[in-house]
Amino acid sequence: MLGIIRQRVASCKGFPALTLEQGIRVVASQAYSSNSKQMTVRDALNSAIDEEMSADPKVFLMGEEVGEYQGAYKITKGLLDKYGPERVYDTPITEAGFAGIGVGAAYYGLKPVIEFMTINFSLQAIDHIINSAAKSNYMSSGQISVPIVFRGPNGAAAGVGAQHSHCYAAWYASCPGLKVLAPYSSEDARGLLKAAIRDPDPVIFLENELLYGESFPVSAEVLDSSFCVPIGKAKIEREGKDATITAFSKMVGYALQAAEILAKDGISAEVINLRSIRPLDRATIYDSVKKTSRLVTVEEGFAQHGIGAEICASVVEECFDHLDAPIERIAGTDVPMPYAANLERMALPQVEDIVRAAKRACYRSN
Amino acid sequence: MAQLTRRTTDLLKPFSAALSSTRLLTTTSTTPITVETSLPFTGHKIDPPSRSVETTPQELMNFFRDMALMRRMEIAADSLYKAKLIRGFCHLYDGQEAVSVGMEAAITKKDCIITAYRDHCIFLGRGGTLLECFAELMGRKDGCSKGKGGSMHFYKKDSGFYGGHGIVGAQIPLGCGLAFAQKYSKDENVTFAMYGDGAANQGQLFEALNMAALWDLPAILVCENNHYGMGTAEWRAAKSPAYYKRGDYVPGLKANGMDAFAVKQACKFAKEHALKNGPIILEMDTYRYHGHSMSDPGSTYRTRDEISGVRQERDPIERIRKLVLSHDLATEKELKDIEKEVRKEVDEAIAQAKESPMPDPSELFTNVHVKGFGVEAFGADRKELRAVLP
Repeated sequence: MLGIIRQRVASCKGFPALTLEQGIRVVASQAYSSNSKQMTVRDALNSAIDEEMSADPKVFLMGEEVGEYQGAYKITKGLLDKYGPERVYDTPITEAGFAGIGVGAAYYGLKPVIEFMTINFSLQAIDHIINSAAKSNYMSSGQISVPIVFRGPNGAAAGVGAQHSHCYAAWYASCPGLKVLAPYSSEDARGLLKAAIRDPDPVIFLENELLYGESFPVSAEVLDSSFCVPIGKAKIEREGKDATITAFSKMVGYALQAAEILAKDGISAEVINLRSIRPLDRATIYDSVKKTSRLVTVEEGFAQHGIGAEICASVVEECFDHLDAPIERIAGTDVPMPYAANLERMALPQVEDIVRAAKRACYRSN
Repeated sequence: MAQLTRRTTDLLKPFSAALSSTRLLTTTSTTPITVETSLPFTGHKIDPPSRSVETTPQELMNFFRDMALMRRMEIAADSLYKAKLIRGFCHLYDGQEAVSVGMEAAITKKDCIITAYRDHCIFLGRGGTLLECFAELMGRKDGCSKGKGGSMHFYKKDSGFYGGHGIVGAQIPLGCGLAFAQKYSKDENVTFAMYGDGAANQGQLFEALNMAALWDLPAILVCENNHYGMGTAEWRAAKSPAYYKRGDYVPGLKANGMDAFAVKQACKFAKEHALKNGPIILEMDTYRYHGHSMSDPGSTYRTRDEISGVRQERDPIERIRKLVLSHDLATEKELKDIEKEVRKEVDEAIAQAKESPMPDPSELFTNVHVKGFGVEAFGADRKELRAVLP
């Protein structure tokens, strides 16, 4: 896992004062920016599934169009040809049925990777996710574990309307027994998906359709088949000292753009890519807020009872004395997603919203 | 024989004590006997099996004892619930014992069973102990789920029992998933996914059955039709209450669920079918004496005459008693002695369960995950109670 990076930190010159964790993050972000190779998120996910299927014969894929169609978003391209119909299953359009079948197979000891064409459709199967998967290890006192991954694109795409644009991170992240992951970059996509498939517990893996085609640099470590990103650890994408911005998935990109703009205005923003919504890496958030004293949470989903609400409450509980300004929340507008392009733009957080909120947190009016 | 080996040696002692007098020398206890099922089977898109069922004196006696044990356990649970030692929900199986016992006689512990919340006797049939049952019902640490599950969440994975599910109908896709995994692993075993007449109308049943049929999964869907889904009679809930036909393109078989031999024959037949041809539906025509749960008297939607009528005409234990007596395998007194022993066994288990302590408070936070990564979890007052998930 991080073994290779730890070795690099140990021999890394110029950062003797940093703790090991900070050192790992710096090296990781250096590796990130050292431009060895570019990889799309789509290819990152595909390669992760491919490698895990190759390594463990108990891993199998199930979902609509994952096989012959090569994946509705081509994430599972080539896998049916490579592994055959006994490892890659095209299902009818019956989410409750195939999610339940996946959970039953996990009870028996197999390692299913169940795709929902979008996480919106997971609502048809949510009883199996919550009541059959999340709670079983607890109710059975450890007898019935559920090593399953439910994955699919979450949140808004472009112009797909109200029923296809909802972010369910907060819904799943409130449930004990689940792990909820949200990758941003290709490194995240590879590392988190591999970690999710290897994990013995039920994992909800929230991808983003608009990120599938985006390319990110990936280092040799990331491309190695043993690469994993630890579950429950956030990543500092950009170091800063004036304000902390937390984000996940596509909003990380927006937060980074906002940080660039803020830098030109003399505000150094620290951008945290949460990576793991449950468990939430509270320690990283607290350390950052203790350093900057200001916090802006960013998410695509609705504000009420959202990820930002949880982070805000948590930070107020643990870092109250360190805050110099009220916490700002940037989130999706409180409406079902409209279709018209101008209204859709207003329904989602934009870079300028994040910039404005960070400035407010710094008591800057412009 | 499977039935004998799963009990403690206590089973053997009273049995041989009962036999110490005259009949049934041990050399003949495995002599085959042929029994006719009380009613013929009805098939849907399949030729039903014969009504003649092979059995042995051993098996007959086991059926009697096992069902008497299950009956006694459920009656005792009723008293414990009224004494408020069992809390929450308690769904009792008395009347339906033949389904569990007949099924176990046809299968092995490598076959899987999954059911809904009326699971105490199924658990016992799979090899669970009385202590594990009563301790779990009373929320004590010696319970099969260490007190954390309760009545609806009994499990015994090492003998193929996957619970114990509270959401009506959910166990059917889960059962098809178990069958999927058995086929994937090339295990040559089957899964029995049990459900009631209430669950038979659930959409997810049809979704799962469709996939089971498409992929030829060794899944046997067993509808325990006790004719009432909670308080609603089958004719008010199902446009077509011929549940064995509801699979449409999937063959079905209806059997008298109050006759342990009919159940045994149906399950044996279904297992052979499922291993070769994919899913099949079994409908067991059965009856529960209790209401849906302990909060339901069971007499507002059924007449007392109906309930006592079934008890007189169709009781599964009485059927076996008559068979034992007619085959001269034991006297009436011997059978009554077995029932007395069973009662004693149940009372002892309850006494032992009452001694079992409640789970340690630290257990509140265990088993949330298999792998917790040392993450923090919080109690109601997060400043007061927190734990690290191992």
